[in-house]
Amino acid sequence: MTIEKTPVADFATDFDHTDPAWVADPYPIWEDLRQRCPVAHTERYGGAWFPATHAGVTQIAKDTENFTSRTVIMNDGRPDELALPSPIGVAPPITSDPPFHQIARKLILPAFSPGAINPLEPQVRSLCRSLLDRLEGRDVVEASWEYARLIPPSVIRQMLGFPEADTDVFIDIVHTVTESVDLPMDERIAAFEPIEEYFVAQIEDHQANPRDDLTTFLLNAEIDGQKLAVEHVFGTMILILVAGIDTTWSAIGSSLWHLAKNPSDLERLVREPDLMPVAIEEFLRFYAPVTMARLVKHDMEYLGVAMKEYDWILLGFPAANRDPAAFPDADRFVIDRAENRHVAFGLGIHRCAGSNLARLELRVALEEFIARYPRFALADPDQVTWSQGQIRGPRRLPIRVG
Amino acid sequence: MRVVIDADLCQGQGRCFSIAPSVFGFDELGNGVVLASGELSEGELELARLAVANCPEHAVGVVE
Ligand code: HEM
Ligand code: SF4
Repeated sequence: MTIEKTPVADFATDFDHTDPAWVADPYPIWEDLRQRCPVAHTERYGGAWFPATHAGVTQIAKDTENFTSRTVIMNDGRPDELALPSPIGVAPPITSDPPFHQIARKLILPAFSPGAINPLEPQVRSLCRSLLDRLEGRDVVEASWEYARLIPPSVIRQMLGFPEADTDVFIDIVHTVTESVDLPMDERIAAFEPIEEYFVAQIEDHQANPRDDLTTFLLNAEIDGQKLAVEHVFGTMILILVAGIDTTWSAIGSSLWHLAKNPSDLERLVREPDLMPVAIEEFLRFYAPVTMARLVKHDMEYLGVAMKEYDWILLGFPAANRDPAAFPDADRFVIDRAENRHVAFGLGIHRCAGSNLARLELRVALEEFIARYPRFALADPDQVTWSQGQIRGPRRLPIRVG
Repeated sequence: MRVVIDADLCQGQGRCFSIAPSVFGFDELGNGVVLASGELSEGELELARLAVANCPEHAVGVVE
């Protein structure tokens, strides 16, 4: 059910990240906010703040004394103490605060370190090629829905060691999870039932037949000498799905959208494939897909405004990445930008645990698309649609390749 | 000249070892570590400086 909302008249005093103007093109809004008021406010969502500057975002991301991660998706209504999950949170480590955060994070980091992720390159590449094979013969391909969307869940399915024959089922299930993050808690729990059933069956199969994959890794992981409970393993898997799928899909989609609109950048990458790693960082800066949320821990003066306990903070890493105070020519896409301290993966203790995997998928997805189609363009700009909410990326992206 | 990584600041963003793989490596958690010991070549120094300028956590430094 979607509730009709009043359109925003002034984003400085009444912002809403789901407003059609923000969804269509948030960048001029953020630039305007940076000039007028470094921290925007809204009474919506029960009260929320939005720092539009790199300095403001950095300060809050690194400040776990004054802000909590107990919920990171801003939803309707002011959270109250009783309804809030514990400091461990529902999806550790992303919803955990120190000191527990560190324990939950250390547990999963080895599975996502470069040492574990780099060897996956050949299988990500062959996955991308087989998705492109399916599109063979068409003049127009759906680069978001039929390509970018399918890459992250297929990679995660392989990492978890779930059966290849379940790929389509898995993608459907995952879609239910990622679409449900904005739902109220009770609806979310209902949406989770079929997923839980499927995942628990897979976990049990791995308990009976351990093998070299992420599921077995999680089943063997220990906190204080104790194996994790099945619920913890399941919870971690859900986090990996929620954190790793729409995000990476969006990053791949936005980058293809950019190349479809900017033939000179596309030509440059075709001519200079070695530029790709540098270009990837600029894609991530310019089209950073992920905005997070925090809650204010107590009443305080902060960044010059009066924050109240349990006010929301919308933590706009994408806005920080466009702040001219931190990046020269911030609103220009510079494909060979050599100095690029972007914060697309966040900052501080919650830095994206999956960033090595995300970069691998993004790079290989673009390399393979370009290798197959060295020239392409938007088929119809009016048909491009963008997601609404804290993850930003194109959802429909028809591209003319022939 | 030598390079340092402040382990308290490093969050494993991975920019240093991608930009300068002969100077930086990573540990089993994916955090950055300094590989190069002794004097850096001109080329390595240039890459190390680029790593300094790209680490979002300001964890990498080149010191006398
Ligand atoms: C381009 C794609 C991606 C982007 C832009 C992205 C961005 C982010 C950001 C900004 C955070 C910080 C959250 C916060 O400060 O509250 C985060 C955390 C996280 N991400 Fe990603 N992410 C991406 C892909 C992935 C992938 C592929 C995975 C794993 C499969 C993943 C797993 C995680 C996890 C586990 C955390 C929580 C870390 C912690 O709280 O310690 N992400 N991500
Ligand atoms: S770039 Fe910075 S945060 Fe990243 S691994 Fe290197 S030192 Fe650590």
